[in-house]
Amino acid sequence: MNDDETDQIDRNRRHFLTVATAVTGLAGVGLVAVPFLSSLKPSARAQALGAPVEVSIGSMQPGEMVRVLWRGRLVFVLRRSEEMLARLADSEAELRDPDSEVVEQQPVYAANATRSVRPEFLIVEGSCTHLGCAPIEDFEVRPAEGWQGGFFCPCHGSKFDLAGRVYQGVPAPTNLRIPPHRFVRDDLVLIGQDTGAA
Amino acid sequence: MSNAKVYAKITTIIITLFSMSAFAASGGADLAESGIDPGNISSLQRGARNFMNYCSGCHSAKYVRYKTIGKYLGLSEAQLIDNLMFNAEKSFESINVAMRPDDAARWFGTAPPDMSLMARSKGADYIYNFLKGFYIDSDSPTGVDNLVLEGTSMPHVLWNLQGFQKAIFSEHEDEHGNANLHFDGFEPVTAGSMDAEDYDEFVRDTTNFLAYIAEPVRSDRRKLGVWVLMFLIFFLIISSMLKKQIWKDVK
Amino acid sequence: MARIEAEVGKPKGGLMKWIDDRFPFTETLKYHATEYYASKNFNFWYVFGVLAFVVLAIQIVTGLFLTMNYKPSAAEAFASVEYIMRDVEWGWLIRYLHSTGASFFFIVVYLHMFRAMLYGSYKKPRELIWIIGMLIFFVLMAEAFAGYLLPWGQMSYWGAQVIISLFGAVPVVGEAIVELIRGDYSISDITLNRFFALHVIALPLALIGLVFVHIVALHEVGSNNPDGVEIKEHKGADGIPLDGIAFHPYHTSKDLVAIIIFLMIFSAVVFFAPDMGGYFLEHANFEPANLRATPEHIAPVWYFTPFYAILRAVPDKLWGAILMAGAVLLPVFLPWLDRSRVKSIRYRGWIYKLSLTTFAISFLILGWLGTQPADGVYVLAARIFSILYFAFFLLMPYYTAIDKTKPVPERVVYHG
Repeated sequence: MNDDETDQIDRNRRHFLTVATAVTGLAGVGLVAVPFLSSLKPSARAQALGAPVEVSIGSMQPGEMVRVLWRGRLVFVLRRSEEMLARLADSEAELRDPDSEVVEQQPVYAANATRSVRPEFLIVEGSCTHLGCAPIEDFEVRPAEGWQGGFFCPCHGSKFDLAGRVYQGVPAPTNLRIPPHRFVRDDLVLIGQDTGAA
Repeated sequence: MSNAKVYAKITTIIITLFSMSAFAASGGADLAESGIDPGNISSLQRGARNFMNYCSGCHSAKYVRYKTIGKYLGLSEAQLIDNLMFNAEKSFESINVAMRPDDAARWFGTAPPDMSLMARSKGADYIYNFLKGFYIDSDSPTGVDNLVLEGTSMPHVLWNLQGFQKAIFSEHEDEHGNANLHFDGFEPVTAGSMDAEDYDEFVRDTTNFLAYIAEPVRSDRRKLGVWVLMFLIFFLIISSMLKKQIWKDVK
Repeated sequence: MARIEAEVGKPKGGLMKWIDDRFPFTETLKYHATEYYASKNFNFWYVFGVLAFVVLAIQIVTGLFLTMNYKPSAAEAFASVEYIMRDVEWGWLIRYLHSTGASFFFIVVYLHMFRAMLYGSYKKPRELIWIIGMLIFFVLMAEAFAGYLLPWGQMSYWGAQVIISLFGAVPVVGEAIVELIRGDYSISDITLNRFFALHVIALPLALIGLVFVHIVALHEVGSNNPDGVEIKEHKGADGIPLDGIAFHPYHTSKDLVAIIIFLMIFSAVVFFAPDMGGYFLEHANFEPANLRATPEHIAPVWYFTPFYAILRAVPDKLWGAILMAGAVLLPVFLPWLDRSRVKSIRYRGWIYKLSLTTFAISFLILGWLGTQPADGVYVLAARIFSILYFAFFLLMPYYTAIDKTKPVPERVVYHG
């Protein structure tokens, strides 16, 4: 074997080892990144604080709404009167997604005409789907303005009906989100937990 | 100085460092070894039950969540609720006591300390010896004193298990002619519901559990360490081959 | 730019050229790596500089992630550390890396400094590199001290109490200084808060700045070597030192091996003995700070104990503080205390070899004594070894002048 051949073998070997070292090193950096990035996830305390919340609804009057926090997020619990429920159908033509077709915005059990498990109770996140402001409730019906009662976002003027469905021609792209929830008893609703989950 | 000599020196330094740490760990001279086995899950389960039944009335473990314990000890949510969670409703809660700290301080003179880290600050052997170290002392307001922590304000809460014992001291004179008390041993006075062996096991399990909650991640940490070292050994082999190859041209 | 292209001999194009026309990227890489020539006979002792750099990186990254979860208040600090250890996913690993990193920083830096003493790296023309290095060491001590208060455990609190009280030994203004450091009548929430600010912003910035200057100064004069020969005095026709090899790829490939070995030792501690038997994480620091009771046995973390032992060896508050400060500061003057004509221990006489060995042993024993109770034979021993420690520096101008040296070779010694 002459010198040139030895040189070539050495070069190949060196190239292979350089690549192998670089790949191992990068793999190491990647593996080290896992714990650091995972540490950014909600911690055990955040999860504990983010546990489902119980809301007692036994004494709520028709037309009454309460605000609760689940995982630090605002949730509206509205007991809709018969008359409010009846009005839901009136505005459907003006809505962007009247049949709740955007599946991410509600659990399957709330993808219905009233967007609820029990028609009376609307349980909806009070977070505008535009940029997260908290909508203001305005249940007064003003036919002159074409307002059927619903929610109004003070930041950029998005409007939602009494089922949290977004009107056309406003910045918010989708209906308000319905959080997972279930009725533990007649007078008690648990927000943040489905029937399925433990 | 040759490289080989230097490496030998450094190795010596490292070994010395490690042995120093071993020396420091053995610490307090008179404590009997607890002989706990951190890998023994059923011992930890019994320890958890002991702690919740006999200790958690006064001692919190406020950094420890029930959920964490349940996961490591292989207990289901239902088992946790039925067997351990007396002061809590939800498994993500931590082990708190109902007693308010200022009430506790008034009753005992000092608030019972939190147990989350006791095994790390004092050591498992300390806890083991402390729980076995109560003896009758009529001068004390609780009727007992403790060999490990003299003048403790903790009563002998496990008396119905262990019974009461008295400590035998003998007087010795040291080289300066001062009288010194020397502890010779315990002598049972009244019997408890457990014999000495069962009580020893009871205390060991409880100590084991306290050592576990002091650092719940301990066993995971050691397992991961093996993988990390294996990866580094592989990396070391490749990189030293590369180094050798590159240094071939250095004459 | 044209000049460099001519030197390299191959034209550049595209993005690299675009950058190089605006920022000396390739030029910097060459100056500090591919065309920085260092002696080929570096031994084991020459890896600790790069290892210190690795530890600095570990501390900065882990520190950043700890800061995201730590609460710098007396009421919450201790609990927030336990929160990191238990509730934050992987928080325990990040915390152990940081606490172990603190100790390893000192191990590596002490060995790095000892290397300089073995081979006379502080001697002309490298005095400034040494002084900057000493400044790094002082900032590192302050950084470690400030950081140790943060967990707000018993040792954090009482250790800080003792060290801050030291400043009270200064005549007349002592008490005023102490109050200024604490910002309160005792160590409190306020002290913790400002130590946090120093630990995460001021001191790390100073550290990074000084490390940068340290390396710039080193690359200006060039690295020393185990023979203490100036390799720049023998250059080939191409202007490259005959005994020099490029930092990259030669020293980088060697350093990589050293880094991996280091990481193995480091990981062994992190995963199998993070408290290191109470030396790296002191047992009493797992108890929250209790203002009503000092722990029975109080000692600073191991890296401060040699100086602490000197402090305790002196039965006078002011003189104890002065001697301790003296012990820390004296090495700064090494370049002028050492009057030997040769740099490396290889060519020094027996007097220096004996002195350096005695010094190293004294330092280690003082370190051990600093962890022991201050009574009886320990105090006596601390006094003896303190005297030996000071003698090494103060008598250096005499014994290095009379020490018989061996002839230094023209070129470095290297056996392939």
